[in-house]
Amino acid sequence: MRVLGRLLPYRTALGLLVLFLLYPLIDHNAGHINSAADAAVFVLLALGLNIVVGFAGLLDLGYAAFFAIGSYTYALAASPFYHVHLPFWPMLLVAALTAGVFGILLGAPTLRLRGDYLAIVTLGFGEIVPTVFLNLPKYTGGTNGVVGIDQPVLFGYQFGFNPTPYYYTLIAIIMVSVVAILRLRDSRLGRAWLAVREDEVAAASMGVNLVATKLTAFSFGAFFSGFAGALYVAKLGVVSPDQFNFTVSFTILAMVVLGGMGNVFGVIAGAGILYEFQTLFLVDLTQWSHGLGHAWGIPLLTKLDFVNLKFLLYGLGLVFLMLLRPEGIFPERRIRAIMTERESVATEIPPADVSVADARVADSHPPRGS
Amino acid sequence: MPRTPSSGHRPADGTPPGGVLLDARGVTKAFGGLVAVNHVDFTVPHESIVSLIGPNGAGKTTFFNVIAGLYRPSAGVITLAGRDITGRKPHEIARLGIARTFQSIRVFSNMTSLENVLIGMHSHLTADPVRIIAGTRGVVVEEAAAHRDARDLLAFVGLEGREGEMAKNLAYGDQRRLEIARALALRPRLLLLDEPAAGMNPEEARRLMEFIRRLRKELRLTVLLIEHQMRVVMGVADHVTVLDHGEKIAEGTPDEIRRNPRVIEAYLGKAALA
Amino acid sequence: MDWTLFALQLINGLTLGAIYAVIALGYTMVYGIIELINFAHGDVYTAGSFVALALLTLLGATRHMAAAGIAFALIVTFLATMLIMGTTGIVIERFAYRPLRGRQRLAPLLTAIGVSFSLENLLQLWMGPSPVPFPQVLPNPFFALGPVSIGQMQLVVIFSSLVMMLALHFFVQGTKLGRAMRATAQDWMAAAIMGIDINKTIALTFFIGSVLAGAGGVITGLYYGNVWFINGFRAGLIAFTAAVLGGIGNTTGAALGGFVIGFVEVMTAQYIGFQWAEVTIFSVLILVLIFRPTGLLGQQLPERT
Repeated sequence: MRVLGRLLPYRTALGLLVLFLLYPLIDHNAGHINSAADAAVFVLLALGLNIVVGFAGLLDLGYAAFFAIGSYTYALAASPFYHVHLPFWPMLLVAALTAGVFGILLGAPTLRLRGDYLAIVTLGFGEIVPTVFLNLPKYTGGTNGVVGIDQPVLFGYQFGFNPTPYYYTLIAIIMVSVVAILRLRDSRLGRAWLAVREDEVAAASMGVNLVATKLTAFSFGAFFSGFAGALYVAKLGVVSPDQFNFTVSFTILAMVVLGGMGNVFGVIAGAGILYEFQTLFLVDLTQWSHGLGHAWGIPLLTKLDFVNLKFLLYGLGLVFLMLLRPEGIFPERRIRAIMTERESVATEIPPADVSVADARVADSHPPRGS
Repeated sequence: MPRTPSSGHRPADGTPPGGVLLDARGVTKAFGGLVAVNHVDFTVPHESIVSLIGPNGAGKTTFFNVIAGLYRPSAGVITLAGRDITGRKPHEIARLGIARTFQSIRVFSNMTSLENVLIGMHSHLTADPVRIIAGTRGVVVEEAAAHRDARDLLAFVGLEGREGEMAKNLAYGDQRRLEIARALALRPRLLLLDEPAAGMNPEEARRLMEFIRRLRKELRLTVLLIEHQMRVVMGVADHVTVLDHGEKIAEGTPDEIRRNPRVIEAYLGKAALA
Repeated sequence: MDWTLFALQLINGLTLGAIYAVIALGYTMVYGIIELINFAHGDVYTAGSFVALALLTLLGATRHMAAAGIAFALIVTFLATMLIMGTTGIVIERFAYRPLRGRQRLAPLLTAIGVSFSLENLLQLWMGPSPVPFPQVLPNPFFALGPVSIGQMQLVVIFSSLVMMLALHFFVQGTKLGRAMRATAQDWMAAAIMGIDINKTIALTFFIGSVLAGAGGVITGLYYGNVWFINGFRAGLIAFTAAVLGGIGNTTGAALGGFVIGFVEVMTAQYIGFQWAEVTIFSVLILVLIFRPTGLLGQQLPERT
């Protein structure tokens, strides 16, 4: 009874969860289910990035790097490449842990930097990781990547090419992840993330270790992308460096911002919406335009390819979101307040010993608009 | 009548009153060419209430910031109960037992009163990410206890019942109290208050000083406060130190300071003495 | 040790470095004044190449025209491109960045990356996803310089970059507007009290930075003979590294950093492997930010009291 009481605030999400669980039983189209499974991968990625950007307010522009690390960790451990065939389920955790460790490695030296610098460092990391995978063909398969990745086996049942078991596995992982993330959010750690975001100086003065707190967010974010990575390549069967370039990082970021930074269910919705948008809506729009073009004899319409426009739309979308509704579709109340408020008082503490590192003192503030 | 928070807030330190808690020697802080604090020696005895005063720009807040770890001193040594804390980071100094409030109140605006106080407890709580995710009983119990203690602290400062309010929606005076509650949540040995009576009328200021005396008495806290309003200071401080242009120009009991010509001159200019 | 090869690569590094220096100046000026990394700056540089390409094609400029014709086409192209890109910079600042001044850091950063991404994809839609040939209107004979040779285009690149850097230096140091820029970068509040129009000054900074980037784009097109929509992403990252290395906010530092990074890239490509150049530069960025965040020449912004 008490459990039901605790679940009550989440009734909408639970209702939708039931729908998602029943989906493959209603729609037997393997292509659709596969698409849904891919969307689920992005949901998991968005959940992870949400911890970094949404909870802790750190801009990671190279999130796909951790996705890549998780993917390659499983791929290299379960394929003909090294003739090693470790089982999927433990490797799922290993991939996540590996990605998390890299999060710590990258974050430890760089999280004390100001937001701008962290952003560009993560951007660089997002470039470097796929480049490294590309340039070490002997170890990672180079441009061709790794093929023939093993499929998971659960109690003797081989997953095969049917997307349905992958879909359900992803749903299960997402459920567990959501519970874990909500617990983190409502714990002393979640409070610390919020406090650090609000006012680093005050937080530090109250005993919060800024770097350690940010590092926890950063590495947990990376951790969840590791899950996504392993599942993604297990289903796909192949992995190559060009699957992890900046457009992927940007897309995940757009999902988080669109859905509502800091809102766990919001970013799930954001991921679903954007994925749906790019795989279904834009395709349909293109076909519709072509049809119209043919019907009305307007050659321009038949040549339009809206799918190509998607990244341009995402970029412009992000700008407009920031200008008009930074809190996203499903706002997280506090994040909205933080994102929309303007600085009121000049800090009493001048940025004396600070240039790039913000270790001790509040950021200096940019000039106001007209 | 607000009740005293639970015993967990008594500083554990066993040194008897009268010994020195904070000892700052030769503290200097320069920003490029500007020397804001110039070779200041300063001690704060246990369970005393010491006040740092001086005209605007004297370097009082800078000195505070050096002690609290926000600035690294250009020179000098600072020890807390014999332990060297010079140049340590702010969060380390907080964990070692120094809590502070800010001149322009810095509560976490978009967090509730309760959450603000809970942040003060952050370093005392032990829940780690793994146990948090697992949702272990230990974490649940710890959180519940922390919530209880936080509520007690809010009641102690007179904010009973205001736990769920957003800090930015609190009145100015209440925000001050919240800041103090948050600082107390740190279970500090030394409480640094930067102009706590700013913006208060004389009656409010008087009650604040009452409260500070209670802090010393009931929680066995040592308090160092920067304060502008002389009347306020005179009523509560055991000992007063005066800074001017970054240098210590006088120290003594409130009465001695009030009559000290150098102090009068610093505040009112030479004409005042004539 | 093949010294001839080394000397040749030194010249290549100088040339590449000159381009990076010009781009880095834009990053450092903008950061110095509003403490924002204008991610779109690299894309403004690439857009400059594209605009120049379009203009030269429009003017029908080819290698085989009369010298006067080439000169005319180049002058028009340079001026028009610089003006267009400068205006673009102002527009970006006005509509994407200014409304967010004073907001917490995350919002302006997200907008900046949004603008950058949009611009990149716009360029991709314009000229396609592959490199596009750029009219090589200038002849490129090589001159002997002792045992090595240096191409005329390399001289053009280095020379024009130096001219631009000097022009910027004199502008910033010697003119009233330049003083306003420096004052605003040091302490915007004091500058405002002194009567400086902060918004105009910031707009001017963006204008100049984008003009330089645009010019850099034209030069790049002429030098390399092709342009690619994704150039800006890479060049932006590298040029920013150069700015940080030299000391963010410091224009001399940006120039110095540009040349150093140019050398680093070329030498890494030659002696370690061309595919490792980016990784090396990124490592430089990380190391500088960790160990010497103020860069080689330190920061120009003194503390605010």
